[in-house]
Amino acid sequence: MSEAMDGRRHDKVRTLRQISLKVGIVLSVGLFCLGPILWQAVTSVKLDQDLVRIPPIFPEQLTLSHYERVLFGSPIAQSLMNSLVVAASATVISIVVGTFCAFALARLPIAGKPIILGLVLSTSMFPPIAVISPLYLLMRELGLRDTLMAVGLTHAVYSLPLAVWLLTSFFRQLPAELYYAARVDGCTPLRALLTIFFPLARPGLAVAALLVFIFSWNEFMFALTLTASDSARTAPVAIALFPGLYEIPWGDIAAASLVVTLPVGALAILFQRHIVAGLTAGSVKG
Amino acid sequence: MAEVRLDHLSKRYGTTHVLPDVTLTINEGELFAIVGPSGCGKSTLLNLLAGLDQPTSGRILFDGDDVTGLEPRERDIALVFQSYALYPHMTVRGNLAFPLEVTKRRHGFDRRRIEEEVQKVAGFLGLGPLLDRKPRELSGGQRQRVALGRALIRKPRVFLMDEPLSNLDAKLRGAMRAELRRLHEELKITTIYVTHDQTEAMTLADRLVVFNRGEVQQIDHPHEIYARPANVFVAGFMGYPPMNLLDAHRENQTLQAGPLGLPFSETRSSHLLDQPLTMGIRPEAVAITPTAVTGEETVSGVVRLVEPAGAGMWVTVDLHDAQDITVIGLAEVDFVPNVGDMVSVSVGRSPVHLFDRATGQRIHSA
Repeated sequence: MSEAMDGRRHDKVRTLRQISLKVGIVLSVGLFCLGPILWQAVTSVKLDQDLVRIPPIFPEQLTLSHYERVLFGSPIAQSLMNSLVVAASATVISIVVGTFCAFALARLPIAGKPIILGLVLSTSMFPPIAVISPLYLLMRELGLRDTLMAVGLTHAVYSLPLAVWLLTSFFRQLPAELYYAARVDGCTPLRALLTIFFPLARPGLAVAALLVFIFSWNEFMFALTLTASDSARTAPVAIALFPGLYEIPWGDIAAASLVVTLPVGALAILFQRHIVAGLTAGSVKG
Repeated sequence: MAEVRLDHLSKRYGTTHVLPDVTLTINEGELFAIVGPSGCGKSTLLNLLAGLDQPTSGRILFDGDDVTGLEPRERDIALVFQSYALYPHMTVRGNLAFPLEVTKRRHGFDRRRIEEEVQKVAGFLGLGPLLDRKPRELSGGQRQRVALGRALIRKPRVFLMDEPLSNLDAKLRGAMRAELRRLHEELKITTIYVTHDQTEAMTLADRLVVFNRGEVQQIDHPHEIYARPANVFVAGFMGYPPMNLLDAHRENQTLQAGPLGLPFSETRSSHLLDQPLTMGIRPEAVAITPTAVTGEETVSGVVRLVEPAGAGMWVTVDLHDAQDITVIGLAEVDFVPNVGDMVSVSVGRSPVHLFDRATGQRIHSA
């Protein structure tokens, strides 16, 4: 009797220890990942005189003045708009071109598929800094310097290998029989892509689109080099140009960073529901 | 409906000849089975017929028209896949209507006409109540029916089936086999049916071809293939349990296979039997009896394996006084031998198949 109770208490202690271990791990990983963002959030609401002082770690007095200045007194609003246009167009171009490319590589009879995939990958191996001067000259000759189109096109091209690789592997996961069935049922390859592959690959397309969007949203070097005025600058560039001649406005930078991060975070959460696979369940085998 | 002719069709992948050279004709309205072990090239052949793959050389003719270079959609064929390949994001109705939706411009079908056809096929296959379900909400047999319906709805010239029943459980498979036969009787569409299951091929097909390593072994009606296998491969592949194949030779008026001797009558072509032979005896023609029974063409042996099969029992016996000769025979219902028992094996006066041991070909005179 007492032995049994002893055992039960023992179990309780053990489960308690297990739970606290799990909570501890989750907390420390979470703190490690989200700590910087948390610090930014705290910084963004501090008064100017508290910014470079510790203590206090957490300010006694909160202010929204940084946000006010960022949203209404800086080119951030304009640059957010620019970022949106650039990232959206880069995503659309990259996904549309990437889909056709990936479909061909996954299903159509083409010689040397591994070589093509290798070449596609190798283009993204050049460090951006290596291609940036010729790219700048190219854009200037095309008359696209300091335009959203220059940045958007560059981002699309640079993220295309990622899209092609992701989508190729995603299309390959879809059963080949589905493609054959569509062909026998009367589809051209293009129609099979649009009516069968496109709807079934939605989770894959969502993932690829999200990654391209985030890449473009965060990309800094191309955006910095190819733009010269507020009318074409994207958000990361705008933030980087915040520091003035005599001081670094940490509070404003923190506020701007959060404002810029927010849309991407929202997108990730939104897309997460689409990323759930299992759409193909039930199509093949029993 | 069409007659299908394969004219010296061959397919090579790199240096591998999957199909070296196939010539055969499938008659209009026939249910024709292609049977062979895995990897014998039968699926490749089906893909070539469907136009999903191009032959290395040779031609495919539907009713005399060369379709070799045509796209799948231009051939007017339908294909039922082993995995069903239903479109998972469409309902049953969508799946059934899909071939018509895609080709509606060519056929001049409007929405109402398509719905009519869907209803007709659904009624035919008993899918009426399932039309608004998704494939994942269906059982294996129901999915199979939808796959059939999607193939049927277009009334194709040629109906291709790639192991359509192998994903079903045994009982359902029997029922679907009967249903396929009924469908074929009613529609009379030329059907080419690929399977590795020789029982399925035997029970279902009007005629069948046995394939091995991409080569045609024999083309004939099922009972002919069973009664007169053209070579050792067909003899061993068709029928379960497989035919007993024993090395044999002629000794005056008997055919001797180890301790087993069979008399035979002299004929004109008996000289053909002077070479090394392979003798084939169907297990159902070999009687396994208690040792007490003796008589002509009887030898004794030790039971190695017993397989109950309802009406009788398949018994594998190691023959006495012989080096590694094993025979499968049928024990009568009231005789239940155990492994290790001594039994009598008698061949009786059943038909014996004789093959040239060197070439494996049937010797027709015997």
